[in-house]
Amino acid sequence: MTWSKEQMADKVISLFDKDTSVNLGIGLPTLIAERIPQESRVMIHSENGVLGVEGRPDEKNVSPTLINAGKETIAVGKGASYFDSALSFGMIRGGHLDYCVLGGMEVDVEGNLANWMIPGKKVTGMGGAMDLVHGAKTIIVMMTHFNKNGSPKMLKRCGLPLTGLNVVDLVVTDRGLFSIKENRFKVMELAPDVSKESLGISGELLS
Amino acid sequence: MTQQSSKVFQSAKEALHDIKSGNALMSGGFGLCGIAENCIDALSEMDVKNLTVISNNIGNSGRGLVKILIQHKIKKAYCSYVGGNPDLEKQMLAKEIEVELVPQGTFSERIRAAGMGIRGFYTPTGAGTLVAEGKEERTFDRPCILELPLHADFAIIKAQKADPYGNLWFKETARNFSPLMAMAAKTTVVEVEELVELGDIPPEDVHVAGIFVQRIFKGSNYKNDIEFLKVKGE
Repeated sequence: MTWSKEQMADKVISLFDKDTSVNLGIGLPTLIAERIPQESRVMIHSENGVLGVEGRPDEKNVSPTLINAGKETIAVGKGASYFDSALSFGMIRGGHLDYCVLGGMEVDVEGNLANWMIPGKKVTGMGGAMDLVHGAKTIIVMMTHFNKNGSPKMLKRCGLPLTGLNVVDLVVTDRGLFSIKENRFKVMELAPDVSKESLGISGELLS
Repeated sequence: MTQQSSKVFQSAKEALHDIKSGNALMSGGFGLCGIAENCIDALSEMDVKNLTVISNNIGNSGRGLVKILIQHKIKKAYCSYVGGNPDLEKQMLAKEIEVELVPQGTFSERIRAAGMGIRGFYTPTGAGTLVAEGKEERTFDRPCILELPLHADFAIIKAQKADPYGNLWFKETARNFSPLMAMAAKTTVVEVEELVELGDIPPEDVHVAGIFVQRIFKGSNYKNDIEFLKVKGE
């Protein structure tokens, strides 16, 4: 059985220490903001200029000027702050954030990440991802284990244009939780009834 | 200074009267949040083309700067993200527009550098990727690349409040790139929902000092579109 998106989000949340800060990328990682328990006291940063995101707003408190980096309406908690984009990326590049959770198209055993373009087919742009991977202390990639064509996204070497070199620390997929160490994906946990053999990753890349 | 300040204009067209074809234009906003709606509408009705536009998204979801994009008034765009802007992605893949994709933090810092008189800076962002191509590399604690400032002839930005000197106050996350663009452009045009009296914005709460603002007008008919409405319990 694979993990649901919610279970993947909870798995990432379980990695956070108390009283820390995290930036959430667009796509799957935004689910984390909705599920993180208040008592964990993790300040959520969104690079469009807010620290202290607290999930979705009540219907009556929706504001068109209060959004996250995915352009979704959000709420903020007590202690939140707003700032401009240069300061926001200063928080990132300056190493002030503890964690960053990003989506991914490909991750390899050297910790390289590709998540911003498929040449000739799809251009989304890198947004803040190239800055984030060089800023936060721990970089976590949260993605589906296989792509739409059924190919594994955890590889020996990324084929797509890179977002950053040697940057990924941890990977959470619907099949398991992995760390990247010594050019291997180290299995920390697998979803129930998922075997190492079913991961689509050759044995020499796993530990 | 009173409401008769030389910075206060009556409309977007008046405030943008001297923008010319071929100019470089910065446009504030993240997606559709905090965009200069009135200025963009005015540009869609003005005879300007071959613009170089510096804006994080170049509009989104068929709105904002997409209005002038689909009129083919933009020759070159600097932006960080085109996901959510299918019109731009289409023009880009068809090579109808030149697009330089810039990592968002580098994008912000290049604009800030222009405003602050910084001639260049080294950053690890983009090192070892396509972004590094053709750029000077230098290794500090890790490989870095040299990035240069981004200047513009005009900036169009929207603030919630301005006083007649041009001191600005932004609401929530509508601030984003606008304070940086106000510093980086030769002529900064600001549209506001509220034009207040001098002194109404307490000095401690001024987000952009009026020295960076050349023209102000009170806008109207704001849509303040929400791209993705999410509410609790959905």
